[in-house]
Amino acid sequence: MKHQEIDTFSEVLAADVKEAVRAGSASGVSKRREILAADFPDANAIRELAGQIKQHTLEHLDTYLEQAEQKMRANGIQVHFAWDGNSAKEQILEIIQQRKARTICKSKSMASEEIELNDFLTEKGYDMVETDLGEFILQLDEDHPSHVVKPIIHKNRRQIAKTFEKHGLGEYNDEPEVITQRARKHLRQKYLQGEVTMTGGNFISAESGRMVIVTNEGNSRFGLAGAKCHIALIGIEKLVPTDRDLGVMLNLLGRSATGQQLTVYTEFISGPRSESQPEGPEEMHVILFNNNRTEVLASDCREILRCIRCGACMNVCPVYRQSSGHAYRSVYPGPLGAVLSPLLAGKAGYPELADLPKASSLCGACQEVCPVNIPIPDLLLRLRNKAKTEHADKAAIGTPDMTLWSELATHPKVWRTAMKSANLLNGLPYDMMPIAPLRAWTRQRTLPKWQGGKFRNWMKEHQKERNHER
Amino acid sequence: MSDDRSRIFAAIREALQPLQSAGKASPYPDYEVGQLTSLPRLGAEESWQAFARNLAAVNGHAYEKIEECAAFLQEHGVTEGYCDPELIDRLREGLGSAFTLHPEFDRASLERYSFGITKASGIIVESGTIILKDRGTSNRLGALAPWVHVAVLTEEAPIFSTMSEALAELGDDPNVIWVTGPSKTADVEGILIEGVHGPGQQLCLHLS
Ligand code: SF4
Repeated sequence: MKHQEIDTFSEVLAADVKEAVRAGSASGVSKRREILAADFPDANAIRELAGQIKQHTLEHLDTYLEQAEQKMRANGIQVHFAWDGNSAKEQILEIIQQRKARTICKSKSMASEEIELNDFLTEKGYDMVETDLGEFILQLDEDHPSHVVKPIIHKNRRQIAKTFEKHGLGEYNDEPEVITQRARKHLRQKYLQGEVTMTGGNFISAESGRMVIVTNEGNSRFGLAGAKCHIALIGIEKLVPTDRDLGVMLNLLGRSATGQQLTVYTEFISGPRSESQPEGPEEMHVILFNNNRTEVLASDCREILRCIRCGACMNVCPVYRQSSGHAYRSVYPGPLGAVLSPLLAGKAGYPELADLPKASSLCGACQEVCPVNIPIPDLLLRLRNKAKTEHADKAAIGTPDMTLWSELATHPKVWRTAMKSANLLNGLPYDMMPIAPLRAWTRQRTLPKWQGGKFRNWMKEHQKERNHER
Repeated sequence: MSDDRSRIFAAIREALQPLQSAGKASPYPDYEVGQLTSLPRLGAEESWQAFARNLAAVNGHAYEKIEECAAFLQEHGVTEGYCDPELIDRLREGLGSAFTLHPEFDRASLERYSFGITKASGIIVESGTIILKDRGTSNRLGALAPWVHVAVLTEEAPIFSTMSEALAELGDDPNVIWVTGPSKTADVEGILIEGVHGPGQQLCLHLS
């Protein structure tokens, strides 16, 4: 039988990558659990609250988006809308051209990965510089992130040291401290050269029009100290109604992502720098982009748009841990990606990723850790159903043919006979099983002894006894 | 593009219409911010002591005496740096003659500054956070690029007990940044390294 692509990927994945991914994600799980338990008597209540706030916002997105837009404009931000990736890229290019910029320093942003912004601007001849340490390394390697919070979870220090050596960043040295210091030295020169800095955005408060960016390294802050123009690319779903709500989200984001109470740098930006400030952007643009989010909003999976990109669901997911982020063949990996990626791919891209919702054992761990309480297992089931009704071939690969089963299950008489006669299967070697799916299933599992008919007999006896008692 | 704007809004309205017209759109939840505070972190000490404990938990240092701060800097071999001109007179004496303080931050000689001293616009006790507001910070680079940052909390700067209180007082400054410890990463094999792009040492000096 053919296998799902993700299984095949996992089978051939190098052992050291597998181990790196497993160790990296496992440490995230325990840190998260410990800090939430130490800080709150009822962390679950906060998770549920955060989910309700985000769900409410999504279901009133028209109102909040308009409010945020007006506030941001009043604060001196130039607000743009982008229907899709192409539109976003064109608008970004236009701003960069107007600023006559050559170097653009970019802070880690999944949104820009989604529209492949780096490739686009590099092809146009711009010096695009990723400044998050992990993303910087990925850029040197022409690689892609495999986790939303820990982009190079799949790499080890020896690989990184080789990359630095190859790119003239010093002789081979795999000490994390040395690697970090070299990147620090190299990148600060870039920050000062960069006329434009690009960021994503974690949240926007509709009430005040404030956007929030969090980083641990301080890269977005350095970008916002070095450059004269700031462009923030933010999905339209990143809103919360009020500043107070930001507190709910921030309290959960750091803890869920990295086991920190707060991310080191939490920056609230409501416009260009103040008049008294000598450094920082004098011009600020926010590009609110859709890229199929409205389709997700219209679907029965809109809950996934609550996501605050903490990565907790991938850390805890047994499938992610075995297969790594790249196995998901899309920007967003793990349980989040299994739901979001096929949906964001739009009508044209959907069939190619329709198998992702099957990359789950439906164990439910992802929902338990999700800071916005997204019912990921339910959404995966809804998407499996969608694949079935839309006859998405990819999703069907490796699925046993259930025709025989459905025949049996809908004909009681045939069922009874089958149950009894299947007792003959006991003692038959697995590879001689007459039913193909059973043969496949037993390749790595053992069947318990067949006891067909026993339950029926027991039930009959039981009923007799009970009638007798009455 | 205005075209994109109307398309997006139309698509959102279309997506939400069935929910909203059936009156099924989720309501805004009613909640108290009290549940968001970590009581163990808030502790029972005086607020400065609790702040110092929480800052230490993220590897930062809190001082109440200029001399202690000076000793830290000397111990770490950092003697030349940037200082907010409004603070120079108050600090010069306590720091002593071993330090060179530059009232201007010159981008061209970034590496000259091994420390940066700027004002804190407030602190948050619960998280050990230093608040920098754009109007209170004399130079964004001065507070970020040098290896050591000393945030000076003057008498007029507020001390917030909780994050929720601080959020309610963000005010109209265009840029407010909460700094909770030194810059750090765990990107390489999950190993914690401090001082990636920002300071490797984060200090807070309380003047009173
Ligand atoms: S789906 Fe939930 S757990 Fe996963 S990244 Fe998003 S917010 Fe975090």
